[in-house]
Amino acid sequence: MIPASFEYVRAESLDEALALLVEHGDEVKLLAGGHSLLPLMKLRLATPSVLVDIGRIDELKYVRDEGDVVAIGALTTHHDLARNALLSRHVPVLAHVAGQVGDPQVRHRGTIGGSIAHGDAASDLPAVVLALGGTYVVAGPKGRREIPASEFHLGFLETALEPDEALTEIRVGKWGEGGWGFEKLTKRAQDWAIVGVVAVRREVPDGAGAGAVAAGSGIGVALVNMASVPVRAASTETALADGASIADAAALADADCDPAADVNASVEYRRHLARVLVRRALEQASR
Amino acid sequence: MSASKSVRVEIKVNGKAVAAEVEARLLLVQFIRDVAGLKGTNIGCDTTSCGACTVLLNGQSVKSCTVLAAQADGASILTIEGLAPEAGDGSGEGAASLMHPVQRAFHENHGLQCGYCTPGMVMAVTSLIAEAGPGELDEAAIREGLEGNLCRCTGYHNIVASALAAAREAGVAVARTGAGE
Amino acid sequence: MSILGNRVLRREDPKFLTVGGTYVGDLPLEGALHVTFVRSTAAHARIESVDVEGARSAPGVVAVYTDADIDAGPVAPMGFLNQAMKRSFLADGVVRYVGEPVIAIVAESREAGADAAELVVIEYEPLPVVVDPEAAVSSETMIFEGADTNVPFELQFPEDPALFDDCEVVVRQRIVNQRVAPCPLEARAAAAEMVEGRLRFFASTQGAHGVKETLVAQLGLAPEDVHVISPDVGGGFGAKGSVYTEELVVGWCARALGRPVRWSETRSDSMVGLGHGRGQVQNVTIGGTRAGQITAYRLNVLQDSGAYADIGAVLPFMTRQMAPGVYAIPKVECSTRSILTNTVPTVAYRGAGRPEATAALERVVDCFAAEIGLDPAQVRRRNLIQADAFPYTTAVGTKYDSGDYLRAFELALENAGYDDLRAEQARRREAGSSDRSVKQIGIGISSYVEITAPIAGGEFGAVEVRPDGKVIVRTGTSPHGQGHATAWSMIVADAMGVALEDIEVIHGDTDIVPRGGGTGGSRSLQLGGTAVNQAAGEVVDRARELAADLLEADPADIVLDKAGGRFHVAGTPSISRSWRELGAASIERDGVPLQAEADFEYPGATFPFGTHVSVVEVDIETGQVRLLRHISVDDAGKIMNPLLAEGQVHGGIAQGVAQALLEEFRYDAGGNPLTANLADYSFISAVELPSFETAFTETPTPLNTLGVKGIGEAGTIGSTPAVHNAVCDALAHLGVRHVDMPATPERVWEAIQSAGGSPTESDTETATGATGPGPGA
Repeated sequence: MIPASFEYVRAESLDEALALLVEHGDEVKLLAGGHSLLPLMKLRLATPSVLVDIGRIDELKYVRDEGDVVAIGALTTHHDLARNALLSRHVPVLAHVAGQVGDPQVRHRGTIGGSIAHGDAASDLPAVVLALGGTYVVAGPKGRREIPASEFHLGFLETALEPDEALTEIRVGKWGEGGWGFEKLTKRAQDWAIVGVVAVRREVPDGAGAGAVAAGSGIGVALVNMASVPVRAASTETALADGASIADAAALADADCDPAADVNASVEYRRHLARVLVRRALEQASR
Repeated sequence: MSASKSVRVEIKVNGKAVAAEVEARLLLVQFIRDVAGLKGTNIGCDTTSCGACTVLLNGQSVKSCTVLAAQADGASILTIEGLAPEAGDGSGEGAASLMHPVQRAFHENHGLQCGYCTPGMVMAVTSLIAEAGPGELDEAAIREGLEGNLCRCTGYHNIVASALAAAREAGVAVARTGAGE
Repeated sequence: MSILGNRVLRREDPKFLTVGGTYVGDLPLEGALHVTFVRSTAAHARIESVDVEGARSAPGVVAVYTDADIDAGPVAPMGFLNQAMKRSFLADGVVRYVGEPVIAIVAESREAGADAAELVVIEYEPLPVVVDPEAAVSSETMIFEGADTNVPFELQFPEDPALFDDCEVVVRQRIVNQRVAPCPLEARAAAAEMVEGRLRFFASTQGAHGVKETLVAQLGLAPEDVHVISPDVGGGFGAKGSVYTEELVVGWCARALGRPVRWSETRSDSMVGLGHGRGQVQNVTIGGTRAGQITAYRLNVLQDSGAYADIGAVLPFMTRQMAPGVYAIPKVECSTRSILTNTVPTVAYRGAGRPEATAALERVVDCFAAEIGLDPAQVRRRNLIQADAFPYTTAVGTKYDSGDYLRAFELALENAGYDDLRAEQARRREAGSSDRSVKQIGIGISSYVEITAPIAGGEFGAVEVRPDGKVIVRTGTSPHGQGHATAWSMIVADAMGVALEDIEVIHGDTDIVPRGGGTGGSRSLQLGGTAVNQAAGEVVDRARELAADLLEADPADIVLDKAGGRFHVAGTPSISRSWRELGAASIERDGVPLQAEADFEYPGATFPFGTHVSVVEVDIETGQVRLLRHISVDDAGKIMNPLLAEGQVHGGIAQGVAQALLEEFRYDAGGNPLTANLADYSFISAVELPSFETAFTETPTPLNTLGVKGIGEAGTIGSTPAVHNAVCDALAHLGVRHVDMPATPERVWEAIQSAGGSPTESDTETATGATGPGPGA
């Protein structure tokens, strides 16, 4: 219940935060909403010696229309995302899933950037961005770079972020026409997903060729808690692109992942759930 | 500012500024209980699961066990004690009628037993109602809105009834359908 | 008109709603030190070495204790248990479960204690670990060397090999009634200080007097030197009926250091510190006729008592007492054995031995019904003990006081709309035969009878009318959410004709209340409420005599006008004396307060009963179960306050549902807990539950003047098997006969898989030697 002692410093701007990261080296952690980090610190499962509080950097709280893309500031809370009109219109699946994270209190504090940078494969939002083929923008002493969502998560609580970098923005393509499905199985409402599935079916708007979909971006299916990182159900996606039925494609849902057993589910059960939930998410997405 | 193990914070708790030099690791719930001296807010777990410590931070419900006091520097906190200060500690004559509508709904619907989850539960319901638009809250929405608040005594039945009653009074409950009410 | 039976709002509420309760952790103890326990990380090990030097020299640390430093203990188990299984205050060279306290650190602050705890180094030499109670029975590993057994307690009776010989059908089932964590929302806490040479101890408990007795015995103190106060208590559910060794250490520290000391555990500590509940493996056999008459029943219980011989080891005696349940079964056998394992000790948890009895019986009644192809409702209806049979003595010798089981049963089925539910189930099964995504529904019934105030012992109650007209009630019960202040006030208001707001109820202070049995086993209203009622009656009698003197009349002619709270001579209401006047007159004239103390003598246990019906929906593809409806009809005799009674039922149902569907405290094979916080342990939330449909019937008990029985545990006892049966019922058409609790998605899915993968394995036999119809056929 009592975190190990640490030093605290509040950054008033992104530049100041980046400078503090450099200054404090390996022992530092960024504190956004704190809803991934503080629970670990209270159990002393994480013991950073310096916390840089970036929670007040207002320049990282936004949802912006940037033409074909919606850009989301990393410090936007789940609550604000769930209620954001722009996001609900252009990327409704992300607004919906943000509204399902944790509980209302958690959504008031937790941020999309914190959730994604924490890198827990059981969290839902990284899978949504992955399914949407989104991009993460990170900033560091060497400047700004973009990392495709598919390359961001490297392992359990491990990301492509360098120690001196911060996640600043999440970029996802606008919806256009199409459908989406989100399915997650939990024992209790507030639990992490035993298995979660995001399926998005995007039809590129008129002008870019109605009915024609860009290669690989027509249907995206991503899985929560089916590996140490969020993963795409690539075999399912390929099968669909090749014209397979939803049922047949969903049967391949667990082909590309490596789930672990835990107190809630065996490997076999997780694989089964992935197949069932992918089918259901695809059915929703195609309605 | 430079990194330090102690932080000077000033937090407005129930309208009153409370300033102190605190350890950086001090949680908001401990600030409320030990520095501000308000013991109504309880601690029921150490994994952000139970919601007993729920307070309003700048008007929004938060679990005060998962916020550092340092993060709340400059913020306004509302705890159970500040919801209807005119009701005092509830012992005065007519105190029940001076309570906040959510408090009163819990009383009238037997929405509490041992009382330990109650302050957090009342603050969570208050936030839920404040954020709801007209007709938004029905039983299912209330149950989902309270997913982060655990109670071991009531089976939630009367808590949900209390929340529905308060939501009705606030005009944010779903319209009565007649049957099943 | 009597106030009894009305929905009186709780008098306790305003404080909790405005400033919150005052729990142990809220008490202002000036300069109090904080105790932090370092707990075992090994399930079974010899302590090779302990290095506390780092902790001792850490900032803010006042003292660090091992068991060797403590000149008290060990604590012997209850007299009839194996006396070799003693427990020291802190682990004494061997740790027996993960979570066992090994070191106590006393520090100036909570933070200093937590930091110092990190500096303690304990080296363990592992010993073989026994986690599974069935494996423990034949294990060579002794959890107590020198005990030569892992069995602290058993009730073994000879088995009649011919018990089922005349049965046409015999069904056997092994049932696991899993280990659960009680989880009162306030975890354990204690505080202690020395006041003028006496130990003043603040306890989060279900009975201050029990804590006092234990402190006196274990710390070797004189009774007059110990003062125990229980302030507000944030739930107990049986688990705070025990006094824990940590509490003894807190008391010991306050004396040793001469400074106030406090301890509030974290939830993670509480999950492996507060006792666990349930934990039985049951082998059940039921037999009867093909027409549905149950004629023989055998229940063999293996109780997991955890690493020490605590109350959990003893509870099977109540499982045995209640084994035959609500049915008129001519032949019943029940033997029990309790066994030690390297896990958290088990204690009482809401129902404490009785839910396990009901769960076993109600589950196999459904198995029996399935085997003979009868509706489970029909089998119950046929076997329920008839209303004219009371008082009824069962085949194991338990004497049920009163009941009308069929009435509650039929009402529950009616409220549920049982026939319509079966029709809906048939429709879903039909639709599901071609589409597995159609969710199936299951309907489960549980008829129960339970025993309340099961432990012999009376209760204290006192009523005093102060000169200002205020009425002070003192009770030996120990409410922690039940609403005794409201209910006892109602009793006094009804007996004396005083206003509720003029009544104050005092409990939980051993200096003010001379004796008390606390609250547990649903004993409070029938014993404590009756004691208060008795005391109020005596005060009325005294007041009548006093009024007679003052009004110069014969006491027999004096009447109490309850509406006005005044005594007058019959026929002349204009000349009267009020309670205030009489309270003052008693002091002025006789020099004694107008009061009476009563010790209600234990009249025996009472037996509430009822029927619950549960409706679940199962997603056949994922195994996820959702509770759609839960309908209860409970009969606890006369209902004092329906609002409070319903509240008790609601909470009980939720805990019962939680056991059936979600909650299980789990260990890995090495004895490491897997569910030791509220993120991993599936404490049920509002989302997993519907609103409940409750109703009561009222069959008074003859054992007390109020006609009341206990209602605190009935909801838990009735609900679990109803939900469990509903889940199994939803899967029956898929060939699933039984799924153990909790019916988690994974477990339900696995049951469907194995039923579909191979022919249903039958544990059922049809008796071949049966030559004629069984009794009652």
